[in-house]
Amino acid sequence: MAEIYKPPEEFKLRLRRYDPESGEAPYWDEHTVELEPHRSVLEAILQARDRFDGSIGIRCSCRQAICGSCGVRVNDEPALACHTHLDAARASARDGVIEIEPMGNMPVLKDLIVDMDAVHWKKVKRVTPWLINKQPVPEREYIVPRESMVDVTQTMACIQCGACVSDCLAMEVDPGFIGPAALAKAYRFVGDPRDDEHDIRLRDLAEDPQGIYDCTHCFKCVEACPKGVNPMGQIMRLRRIATADHHIVDQNNGERHEAAFTGLIRDNGILWEAELVPRSYGGASWFGKFHPAAGKELLASIPVAFYGLLRRKMTVMGVLKPHKIPSSDLKSVRAIFDKVESRPERYELNLYVTGYDEDIEEPVASAVGAEGAPTQSIEGSAP
Amino acid sequence: MKVAYWPGCVSRGFTPELHGSMAKVAPLLDIELVELDRACCSGAGVIAEHNQELADTLNARTFALAQQVQGAELMMNICSTCQGAQSECQERLDANAEYRAHVNANLAGEGLSYEKGLTNKNFLWLLVEEIGLDTLSAKVKRPLTNLKVGPFYGCYIVRPRDRLGIDAEHPRDHYLHQVIDTLGGTVIEYAGMRKCCGFPIIMMNKEASLKQAGRHLGDAVDAEADCLVTPCPLCHLNLDLQQPIAEKVVGRELQMPVLHLPQLVGLALGLEPRELGLSRHVVRPTSVIDWSTSVVGAAA
Repeated sequence: MAEIYKPPEEFKLRLRRYDPESGEAPYWDEHTVELEPHRSVLEAILQARDRFDGSIGIRCSCRQAICGSCGVRVNDEPALACHTHLDAARASARDGVIEIEPMGNMPVLKDLIVDMDAVHWKKVKRVTPWLINKQPVPEREYIVPRESMVDVTQTMACIQCGACVSDCLAMEVDPGFIGPAALAKAYRFVGDPRDDEHDIRLRDLAEDPQGIYDCTHCFKCVEACPKGVNPMGQIMRLRRIATADHHIVDQNNGERHEAAFTGLIRDNGILWEAELVPRSYGGASWFGKFHPAAGKELLASIPVAFYGLLRRKMTVMGVLKPHKIPSSDLKSVRAIFDKVESRPERYELNLYVTGYDEDIEEPVASAVGAEGAPTQSIEGSAP
Repeated sequence: MKVAYWPGCVSRGFTPELHGSMAKVAPLLDIELVELDRACCSGAGVIAEHNQELADTLNARTFALAQQVQGAELMMNICSTCQGAQSECQERLDANAEYRAHVNANLAGEGLSYEKGLTNKNFLWLLVEEIGLDTLSAKVKRPLTNLKVGPFYGCYIVRPRDRLGIDAEHPRDHYLHQVIDTLGGTVIEYAGMRKCCGFPIIMMNKEASLKQAGRHLGDAVDAEADCLVTPCPLCHLNLDLQQPIAEKVVGRELQMPVLHLPQLVGLALGLEPRELGLSRHVVRPTSVIDWSTSVVGAAA
């Protein structure tokens, strides 16, 4: 299985340079380096620094994707410079030149170095990132269920590189948003059975206008994370626990929106948009529209409704009366709601913990040739 | 080709012109639509946020109904958000046989069952992968010559790449570019084309939500696009329906028409703007209508 050795090649780099102390505007700087294609973008930057310009600013340490120091943007996507192969980077470059910029959403200190303290670390501190325990500390270790610890290891895998913060689209328009890295860290403690402040943590994050309900569900952080932490997924779990387990009705309409949406689907099978707005603001029932908050929002929506009706995008009947799926189907849909929601505990599949059926099969199949190991049968697997 | 057709909620609600234009365009592309009118909302991520098993069961029901459509080659949707939400549920259902059996047990009352391996494609994917750009090109009656179109993908159809099957062989995050190009239009690239429209937080943080929509529209204005095109009706709500308010939030005039994908395709296939429901947009697609009656558009 030895890989075929590929000799060094030339790679062109286009680096974003900026020195705030110089008084000059940022500019692009191009260098050609010579390295084997499997080498990393970080090695290329370091070669450019060593051979051509000692003033290139880059932060790095471990060079093996564990310290989280060398977060940059490579060809418009956040990445660890040490974890990005040169051949792959060239393949994704627009014009064959690998473009390297500092991360986004954080001020640039110099060239590729951003101020992590000003943004990322401040936000991490915001979520009280340590265990709060009121019980007396046990003499030996804490005994906790294995599953609950496996579950939080996903967020513990975070190396604080800031890649998710760099490209967070909610933070781009609302810099005060607590953001994906810090909220993933918050889940690390909300999911930890040893922590005694779950309720206070969740209430805090739900009530903060820039907390869990400020996430715009764009999957950018999921894509950005080099460690598979799935920050957005953790934010959704924080929301689920806040509403379903802690019954937190927040001032940001988060709980009401969720209740209004699911309630409308239960009632009609498909969404009734005209009702979603007043119920999200005023309360998850038909009476929601009479709440002052709903009234205010409905007033603010008059221009939208005016044009919508004028252009026959909306009809008066459509606004006043919902679309519904056929009644026999609606009955089945409601039966599903009743069955699932009446379970004493939510039934969830966490693919991070369980993996994929195929994941189990593959290594076994490849081991057959080597050791003649029998193929493991997987109970209940699909035909 | 025959497809089990999932139109979603919003295409039958606040963006009726999307559902209508799809119905007009389908026969021109030899697509037979068998509408899944018994199916319910995909949950748009919100039901999954509330209860994962519930979202997975409701979508498994939709998938099972799609698998019952005789002779259908696959399931097709016209809503990126449905594509994203359904792909997420399908990933879990397909990944674990035990979980699939558990969810199918919730459907047993109706005699329905989802079998692993459904193909569910947004109209955009179907256009490129099933119909093919060559066939599409041959059907063009009114090439979009000189029409500058900005693609607006939305989030749910481009991220996460693994789950959505985006790779070198299936560059699905470039398909809008390819379609605009095939229809004879000019692709206008701008900063926001794969960013979030802001719709998911419109009830929670309206200002941040419309700042997103307003910025992307402004970027497209600066890049001198005549119009945008999107495969997502929820993006359309924020970009078109809310545009007058987004203008106030970002403090600039925008007036950027936003077309649904079937409308743009229909225009190139020779349908008239009115038939495609272009008169139903909040921001009048004057540039597009003027183009269709211009020397270039009318000559075609």
